[in-house]
Amino acid sequence: MSVRMPEPDGAVLARRAQIVKALRTMVPGEGVIASEREMKPFETDGLTAYHQLPMVVVLPETTEQVSQVLAYCHAEGIKVVPRGAGTSLSGGALPLADGVLLGMAKFNKIKEIDFDNRVAVVEPGVTNLAVSTAVAHAGFYYAPDPSSQIACTIGGNVAENSGGVHCLKYGMTTNNVLGCEIVLITGEVLRFGGKHLDSEGYDLLGLIVGSEGLLGVVTEVTVRLLKKPETARAVLVGFPSSEDAGECVSQIIGAGIIPGGMEMMDKPAIHAVEEFVHAGYPLDVEALLIVELDGPGTEVDYLIARVEKIAQRCRAVSCQASTSEQQRLLFWAGRKAAFPAVGRISPDYYCMDGTIPRAQLPLVLKRMKELSAKYGLSVANVFHAGDGNLHPLILYDSNKPGELDRAENFGSDILRLCVEVGGVLTGEHGVGVEKRDLMPVMFSEIDLAAQQRVKCAFDAKGLLNPGKVFPVLHRCAELGRMHISGGKLPFPDIPRF
Amino acid sequence: MTDILKPRDAKEVEDAVKWALGNDKALELIGQGTKRVLGRPSQTDITLDLSGLSGVTLYEPAELVLSAKAGTPLAEIEALLDKNNQQLDFEPMDYGPLLGNEAGQGTIGGAIATNLSGPRRLKAGAARDHFLGVTAVTGRGETIKSGGRVVKNVTGYDMCKVLAGSWGTLAAMTDITIKVLPKPETEATVVFEGLDDERACAAMAAAIGSSCDVSAAAHLPDHVASYFDGLPSPEAATVLRLEGVAPSVAHRKESLAALMKPFGPVALLSEAHSKALWRSVRQVRPFAVSQERPLWRISTAPGKGFEVAAAITPAAQMFYDWGGGLIWVAMPFADEPDAGSIRRAVAALGGHATLVRAPAAIRASVAVFEPQGAGLAALSKRVKDGFDPKGVLNPGRMWAGV
Repeated sequence: MSVRMPEPDGAVLARRAQIVKALRTMVPGEGVIASEREMKPFETDGLTAYHQLPMVVVLPETTEQVSQVLAYCHAEGIKVVPRGAGTSLSGGALPLADGVLLGMAKFNKIKEIDFDNRVAVVEPGVTNLAVSTAVAHAGFYYAPDPSSQIACTIGGNVAENSGGVHCLKYGMTTNNVLGCEIVLITGEVLRFGGKHLDSEGYDLLGLIVGSEGLLGVVTEVTVRLLKKPETARAVLVGFPSSEDAGECVSQIIGAGIIPGGMEMMDKPAIHAVEEFVHAGYPLDVEALLIVELDGPGTEVDYLIARVEKIAQRCRAVSCQASTSEQQRLLFWAGRKAAFPAVGRISPDYYCMDGTIPRAQLPLVLKRMKELSAKYGLSVANVFHAGDGNLHPLILYDSNKPGELDRAENFGSDILRLCVEVGGVLTGEHGVGVEKRDLMPVMFSEIDLAAQQRVKCAFDAKGLLNPGKVFPVLHRCAELGRMHISGGKLPFPDIPRF
Repeated sequence: MTDILKPRDAKEVEDAVKWALGNDKALELIGQGTKRVLGRPSQTDITLDLSGLSGVTLYEPAELVLSAKAGTPLAEIEALLDKNNQQLDFEPMDYGPLLGNEAGQGTIGGAIATNLSGPRRLKAGAARDHFLGVTAVTGRGETIKSGGRVVKNVTGYDMCKVLAGSWGTLAAMTDITIKVLPKPETEATVVFEGLDDERACAAMAAAIGSSCDVSAAAHLPDHVASYFDGLPSPEAATVLRLEGVAPSVAHRKESLAALMKPFGPVALLSEAHSKALWRSVRQVRPFAVSQERPLWRISTAPGKGFEVAAAITPAAQMFYDWGGGLIWVAMPFADEPDAGSIRRAVAALGGHATLVRAPAAIRASVAVFEPQGAGLAALSKRVKDGFDPKGVLNPGRMWAGV
């Protein structure tokens, strides 16, 4: 564990018994968990290399309880870490030794389904998939579909701005959320947006989405519902090189086609997956592309024919379009099982999440091979090819001394590489603790200070989820100071009229 | 000392803001000034004209990305995209004619700063949804960047979102990166005539809630229908746009007409008529003819559109876009925006209203943007103070003191 968390506050820990007692008056019954054994399940999230028992776990059931707990913590100077289902892959829900872990799992009700306005109003603990399931009878669904959608919650999706394989056409969480109720650390309850479009002032909803639990605790979310496309079909295309596959992706988009999903896998990933799922993937190719088209049947058939033609032009060695729903799902079964499939061939794997400009893919894959040799660790790649989001899976064995450190260093080098070629550190998993110390690779001190001033506007004491996202914590008073270097300059040398 | 500063590059924008900070001057930010009279009247000392920062700096059609300096004319960007069969999918509406300027002006920076969108908003989102990366000078005189050139990016707070629609009150944007998308191969519009507002909202809800992938839905009541281009007759028209590849549009036209039988017979508009119609919707044509009447723009839950409209004086003229969720309302008397009835309707039914057009004296005395509750107003003020603590950028444009 190489990332240092903020030093626990001894004065808070000394008052632990008193704090637990106070919290029990706000959230009665089993809503406050203080025994080590019962807190154990909360000590980590999807980034399992990191774990830490919280000071106490609180599981509120109402907005009023959330408000009381936060107001109390604010008054007492106690840190709070919000948590949904705990599926974060970046350690966003990693507890703090001197902090309250605020679990939102009991907020699990779908409050309203409104087909006239094509929205659902849900509590944050509702799982992503449950929203789509609840409206499936009427032919609707909720578009963002992160791989963890069975388990991950809408509240967590809002915190992380989760994506999925259909982002290119349907957007990420931020494009599919219309409103929320949020509780600030002061206990104040605010509403942003609603069933209407666009913000009534500053787009604070847009700031909340992707803020990784640092700005407030979401207690209700209004999401957009979409009508399911009439049909969907997928084409499975094998290529002799990743360059060819990348060229094919460019040509599809260049032809004006925006597929519902477009996924790429490299050879190690294809082999791991095929052995596990038997999806019928070709094994003699260097890169495999799944292109899914959705819409009315006539449109899908028409576009599939065009994609097949483009694929041939791009030297595809195999090309198979699904002819039944069963076959389409089989094509996807392989891709969706990529992580567990890699988990089968290696004792441990470390999943990365950079985004790159798509044209840089061949270069990035080549450099990654060199890094793989340097660190002596294998890597398999799955890639949201349409939007450039790369998930290298680094294979390692945590029982071998030093391998975890090597895997982490390898991962950091990959992310630096992503930034170097014009991409970003994280496409959908979030910064959390995992990529916190890499933030200066992408942002200057001035950029980070500007972001932290947004934090100050919401949480001036820095009590919500500290130690995540920002490598250095500054006091808001210090951030607020002005250093005017232009001082009493004469009129600047700029054309004037 | 003169009134307008026109920086030639991003560095000079930073110099100008630093100078303003050091000399206690407030700056009015403009691009081409097409939306200058929208908002509370300026209380600034100097105009910072950003139209000198112009030019597309990166365009990669296959990557669906374009970067431009903030003062680049929208028309230049749209023409470049058009050559490559691409477009700004958020279909930015044109405030020009509404506010007494020519059509087809404006800059990309202005489009983002005001979070423009058009009829395709209901399907494709607004400017905010296509805004990938930014370099900007904050009111602290510091140059910051956020976002990037890739669509999928969750690195740090999404500062692009809060800058989009901040009306130049937080930072002066200097460089902008946006997502661009392919142009649909063709389009057609399905028209229902003679529906009243309530029935029209129901028809639009049924159409958008179908799998026909409607890309725009508007209702043009009979008192304004004659102002729009491309309609078969000057009757109340409920219009639904379909876009995509030709075989798909042909198929969906049939499906939609069949599905919508309960709402009466349909007329179909060809591609040319459809394009002309939606251009006039995008320009809010009925209320661009003269600039006399105070004009409101209301965003509400689409299902509530007709109820909001019913709560407003019958002497007002209005039409609906976004399936009923966007209502343009022109009040009958030049000096009476009747803010009370608009605010009450929106408070009761949800959403927000903006006084898009009114004489300066009225915009100084009546809230232009939706008034906020105490908590939200205080938070907005704290956000503003983080970016611009001394209030040098467009102070008071949105709310007094912000």
